[in-house]
Amino acid sequence: MIHSLFLINASGDIFLEKHWKSVVSRSVCDYFFEAQERASEAENVPPVISTPHHYLLSVYRHKIFFVAVIQTEVPPLFVIEFLHRVVDTFQDYFGVCSEVMIKDNVVVVYEVLEEMLDNGFPLATESNILKELIKPPTILRTVVNTITGSTNVGDQLPTGQLSVVPWRRTGVKYTNNEAYFDVIEEIDAIIDKSGSTITAEIQGVIDACVKLTGMPDLTLSFMNPRLLDDVSFHPCVRFKRWESERILSFIPPDGNFRLLSYHVSAQNLVAIPVYVKHNINFRDSSSLGRFEITVGPKQTMGKTVEGVMVTSQMPKGVLNMSLTPSQGTHIFDPVTKLLTWDVGKINPQKLPSLKGSMNLQAGTSKPDENPTINLQFKIQQLAISGLKVNRLDMYGEKYKPFKGIKYMTKAGKFQVRT
Amino acid sequence: MSGNGIGYGEQGGEVAPELAQEAAPTTAPSVPAAFGLFSSDTKKNEDLKQMLESSKDSAKLDAMKRIVGMIAKGKNASELFPAVVKNVASKNIEIKKLVYVYLMRYAEEQQDLALLSISTFQRALKDPNQLIRASALRVLSSIRVPIIVPIMMLAIKEASSDLSPYVRKNAAHAIQKLYSLDPEQKEMLIEVIEKLLRDRSTLVAGSVVMAFEEVCPDRIDLIHKNYRKLCNLLVDVEEWGQVVIIHMLTRYARTQFVSPWKTDEDVGDEYNENNFYESDEEQKEKDRKVKKTYTMDPDHRLLLRNTKPLLQSRNAAVVMAVAQLYWHLAPKSEAGIISKSLVRLLRSNREVQYIVLQNIATMSIQRKGMFEPYLKSFYVRSTDPTMIKTLKLEIMTNLANEANISTLLREFQTYVKSQDKQFAAATIQAIGRCATNISEVTDTCLNGLVCLLSNRDEIVVAESVVVIKKLLQTQPAHHGEIIKHMAKLLDNITVPVARASILWLIGEYCERVPKIAPDVLRKTAKSFTNEDDLVKLQILNLGAKLYLTNSKQTKLLTQYVLNLGKYDQSYDIRDRTRFIRQLIVPNEKSGALSKYAKKIFLAQKPAPLLESPFKDRDHFQLGTLSHTLNSRATGYLELSDWPEVAPDPAVRNVEVAESAKEWTAILSKTKKEKPTEKFYSESEEEEEDSASTSATESESGSESEKERKEESSSNESSESSSSTGVSSDSESEESTEKKTSGAAEESDSEDIKKKAKEISKSRSTFSSSDTESSSSEESSSNSKSESDSNNDSDTEKSRNATSSKVTTQVFVPTKMHEMLHRMTGKGLSAHYQFSRQPCIFGDRMVSVQVTLTNTSDQKIENIHIGEKKLPPGMRMHEFNPIECLEPERSVTVSMGIDFCDSTQTASFQLCTKDDHFNVNIQPPVGELLLPVTMSEKDFKKEQGMLTGMNETSATIDVAPQNSTSRVITERLMKAANLGVVPSGQDKIHRFAAKTVHSGSLMLVTVELKESSTAQLIINTEKTVIGSVLLRELKPVLSQG
Repeated sequence: MIHSLFLINASGDIFLEKHWKSVVSRSVCDYFFEAQERASEAENVPPVISTPHHYLLSVYRHKIFFVAVIQTEVPPLFVIEFLHRVVDTFQDYFGVCSEVMIKDNVVVVYEVLEEMLDNGFPLATESNILKELIKPPTILRTVVNTITGSTNVGDQLPTGQLSVVPWRRTGVKYTNNEAYFDVIEEIDAIIDKSGSTITAEIQGVIDACVKLTGMPDLTLSFMNPRLLDDVSFHPCVRFKRWESERILSFIPPDGNFRLLSYHVSAQNLVAIPVYVKHNINFRDSSSLGRFEITVGPKQTMGKTVEGVMVTSQMPKGVLNMSLTPSQGTHIFDPVTKLLTWDVGKINPQKLPSLKGSMNLQAGTSKPDENPTINLQFKIQQLAISGLKVNRLDMYGEKYKPFKGIKYMTKAGKFQVRT
Repeated sequence: MSGNGIGYGEQGGEVAPELAQEAAPTTAPSVPAAFGLFSSDTKKNEDLKQMLESSKDSAKLDAMKRIVGMIAKGKNASELFPAVVKNVASKNIEIKKLVYVYLMRYAEEQQDLALLSISTFQRALKDPNQLIRASALRVLSSIRVPIIVPIMMLAIKEASSDLSPYVRKNAAHAIQKLYSLDPEQKEMLIEVIEKLLRDRSTLVAGSVVMAFEEVCPDRIDLIHKNYRKLCNLLVDVEEWGQVVIIHMLTRYARTQFVSPWKTDEDVGDEYNENNFYESDEEQKEKDRKVKKTYTMDPDHRLLLRNTKPLLQSRNAAVVMAVAQLYWHLAPKSEAGIISKSLVRLLRSNREVQYIVLQNIATMSIQRKGMFEPYLKSFYVRSTDPTMIKTLKLEIMTNLANEANISTLLREFQTYVKSQDKQFAAATIQAIGRCATNISEVTDTCLNGLVCLLSNRDEIVVAESVVVIKKLLQTQPAHHGEIIKHMAKLLDNITVPVARASILWLIGEYCERVPKIAPDVLRKTAKSFTNEDDLVKLQILNLGAKLYLTNSKQTKLLTQYVLNLGKYDQSYDIRDRTRFIRQLIVPNEKSGALSKYAKKIFLAQKPAPLLESPFKDRDHFQLGTLSHTLNSRATGYLELSDWPEVAPDPAVRNVEVAESAKEWTAILSKTKKEKPTEKFYSESEEEEEDSASTSATESESGSESEKERKEESSSNESSESSSSTGVSSDSESEESTEKKTSGAAEESDSEDIKKKAKEISKSRSTFSSSDTESSSSEESSSNSKSESDSNNDSDTEKSRNATSSKVTTQVFVPTKMHEMLHRMTGKGLSAHYQFSRQPCIFGDRMVSVQVTLTNTSDQKIENIHIGEKKLPPGMRMHEFNPIECLEPERSVTVSMGIDFCDSTQTASFQLCTKDDHFNVNIQPPVGELLLPVTMSEKDFKKEQGMLTGMNETSATIDVAPQNSTSRVITERLMKAANLGVVPSGQDKIHRFAAKTVHSGSLMLVTVELKESSTAQLIINTEKTVIGSVLLRELKPVLSQG
């Protein structure tokens, strides 16, 4: 399936290549560069490119293009999903997935890639198994390795690959047994000029960090499982149990993993926790424009809105902006025309605002459209859909684990049209 | 050693300058830089070589790491091959792995040297550790050296019958590698594929189907027998395998089942039925269910049902695969369930969105209804990349209808103003398409577009002009005003397409704007030479049309334009000029055509159809690369049309006996491996299988069974008419079915059950490899299977004389033990029995078959195992929860319990949806054993080693009727799972077995003495079990 993989950085250098079948010359990437040139931005490079003898499927993450070379028909999502899994694995291993990191750890990267695919077909993609095979580099281990001469390659064999629960290592031991679950909900919304909601939906995930000894069998139940409209599970979740009882029953992987992602059914009205008041004016005649936005809390269920960040892509005609914020800091990049305002916490008594003027390029006509405002925010201890975990039980092991559940609401793709 | 290393280094140091001197004259002196680089490179490699030669692992490791770094950067490191390959047998795992990486990269280039490494892998292929065997096979098959093809073939064959599913999985991968290396091996490889397709492990399934797709995708016949198994395994296969299997099954189903779509169109059209249903059986069925027009093949249903849960997968590729399966296979009414999941994928990364949106676009053309409820999910955000925006727009346009058009148009208005002009232009086209498709809004759209004509952005204006032109063409009645407006715009617009469109419009409707048209021609004639080709052609057109309608005013102008065109640089324009002149300007040479000039130029032109660019993609299978590219990719397999009449569904019926035999053969063949470490390993064998197949059987089998029942009703008079086919089966067969192995449940056709019955009957009459007397009584089929196992054990013996083998059991006890009485179980009753099969969940487990029967009159839901109270060390492999058990039905599931070679009770809770019951399983000691065959010589040898405290014995009374060898064997085997050892002496009977958990031998000897007594001797390391067994066997022979 997957013939070769090329990693290409932002400046167009191929800094890593790996072949699983016969070697494919790196000149095949020329077709990719061509397409990259045609697309003005990296975002617009088509993920699937056809060349006379090969097909190039790419994903773009962390400013790196991961280009897979394919020779025959294959479901494109298969390759794309796999490439994303590769990136996730790197991130898991090195903390960040950057060119420098990959170059520094080229041997580990190579070993990991070797295990992930056999003859172009995925072999081990569970990070738990991979970590058993090849230990991720940590500072401590690097030091120890240089002193003792031991290696990163695990001397155990990957037993997980053979078991019925391939996602879990065997023989896990912890002194503190803990299981944390984060219920994170994101609001995707488009708000129109007048402040009314065009579309809004809630997407949620439950991320878990489970550090439990042995082979625990967990069940997690909700107070109001009906809220969940469309769910997708980590493979560890027993689907039939969910179908019949709406209970999540699973033997968890070791460490961090995403247990569940869900969509809250569309019948429920989505509470929009913030509003934006805006007054952006380009005047036809003068080269000055007015810019004024205020952010305020709306249905927040009494919680504070934090981590508010406003970004807006200004039209090309804007040369510069002179603004004063009532709180937080703001930056306008005159090259990319991106305005960023880091607001911080919203104080309901004193609403944060950003006011000032814009300098427009002389002679150009005024832009048709006012810029859209993208909003980011966080609300701790609140799941905006009202989802609540009822209880978490553990079977199969004797000890009492420490359990914790955290709720959070964030802005997903939250846009305000002006 | 270190001195050696230095010596080598010095030598290397000398060689380099020498080389340099020699090479110097040949290289051009003008490129010293390149030359310097070359020499430094050799030097560097020299020092790597030196490190590889060193005795220290750390130095070797360092060198290997640097070499891998070179490979990663794409630098050539092939000249280090000899030095690297020496380290292939290194003890250090990391060095070894890096050497493997190197080998796979360069073996192809250095074939001769690569052969040096082969023997290492061949040795590793025999390693007792399955993971080492697997990795050896992996590397060996990745070395693309044609000479070793026979070795690879041999290794693959051997690995394909390995006991470890992980090794078999790697064998499946190796098949593809060998095939790409040497396609001539195809036939042999297909044999291996066939064998592996029969494999029941979830680990293997995905990989072997991948191999199938690559090597022989046309051999659809190989799938028949494995179809149901694959469907049932699917949920537990790893995600990548799922994708491959689903795609393959989609193709398969399209060739095997009749279309479920026809009925959608012909609802209520009962007269048509005869055309669709031709076979007699179907006709009969029709008589019974007159109303039903189409019945889906149960296998078809099975596939749909088993893939549905996968829509919940976290893997986008799996979700997409299921979606395309439903799209291509499900009845139209059911395909709707996929939309929600596809919309969910839109939250994912840009690349995933791109592919999914493309597929949705194709779907939304054909079935708007599916995605209409999700319209808002396709609203565009300003942060989306352009390609995503255009795709979303495409889908919204496809979904537009009278009900939602006003909201959509409002949304479009926002998009038109977008800073992304390319996207704005696409929006205008979308508006145009909406306007033509929905007549109610045509005017609104047109007005909106006209407003856009005053937009400042040229691209927007140009696009609007083009779209307006198309719109006007569809309803030309009353648009003089708009045309006038556009004529005015001509002065300002420079985009060629837009100018050409305006000119065409004016020409086409010149009679409606009689005053303006000639003036436009005048203006454009002036600028003719500076126009784009596209515009020039339209100027010529305009001229010709005006000449025909209004020749008084425009004759000269047209001739002027024609003259200009005659000498134009573009031959297209010169051609056109010549053509037009001949046609419109009357002269003596002009042919008959000129009479019709007016008709030719001013004919009523059909309005252009504004269509989605995704219209023509639907002939590609969704979710494929070809669909994304809209062109056939290499290796694309066409999805066939539904057959008119379904091929015989019986091909998918599985011969129970055969598969069971096959399997046990494999097991016994490869059993020589002694599990050295505590692996989960073999427990991988599908647990759910037996449970789910039997469950599905009860549902899906019902219809087909009914037919068959009719046929066979004469033989099976006992089947009562009141109960349904399945339950009556299970009742009448209760006694026999218990004896069949877990695999026997696979079948769902009556005749096969009968066959299984026969076999199990013959099995239950005891038979063993040496008792000649029995074989005469046996049916022919049984003697065949017996001889099979005989051959098997013979070859085994010759190969490995001293080792003992686990044989297939020769006797399966019929005794059912009660686990849960129906009174205490509130209608649910449970019995268990020991199937005496090697357990598929783990080789230390005893396989237990539990038969659950619902005696109540309500269905019992979600039967599963709850809390377990097992003694320390004991393990249990649960059966998969049973979703629902209908009244009067029973289900047999298998589970595995590792009793740790003790007779302690396994207590656990059997739970239903509402209740839980405490139940126990206590094994008789005889069931903790697995029979072993060995020769008499071996037996004596082993017995000799197990004397003293390992021996327990007792003298027993033997009832006279029990003293024949046949009865003794029969009785002992009934009591315990023992294997018969051929005996040379009449009076002495020997039996051998091993304990399931620890595998220690258990040797039983019965020595008949005078006066109806006998000496019973048991030799075993496990003295506790030995004495318990002795106690249990004592009464067996003494009873009458």
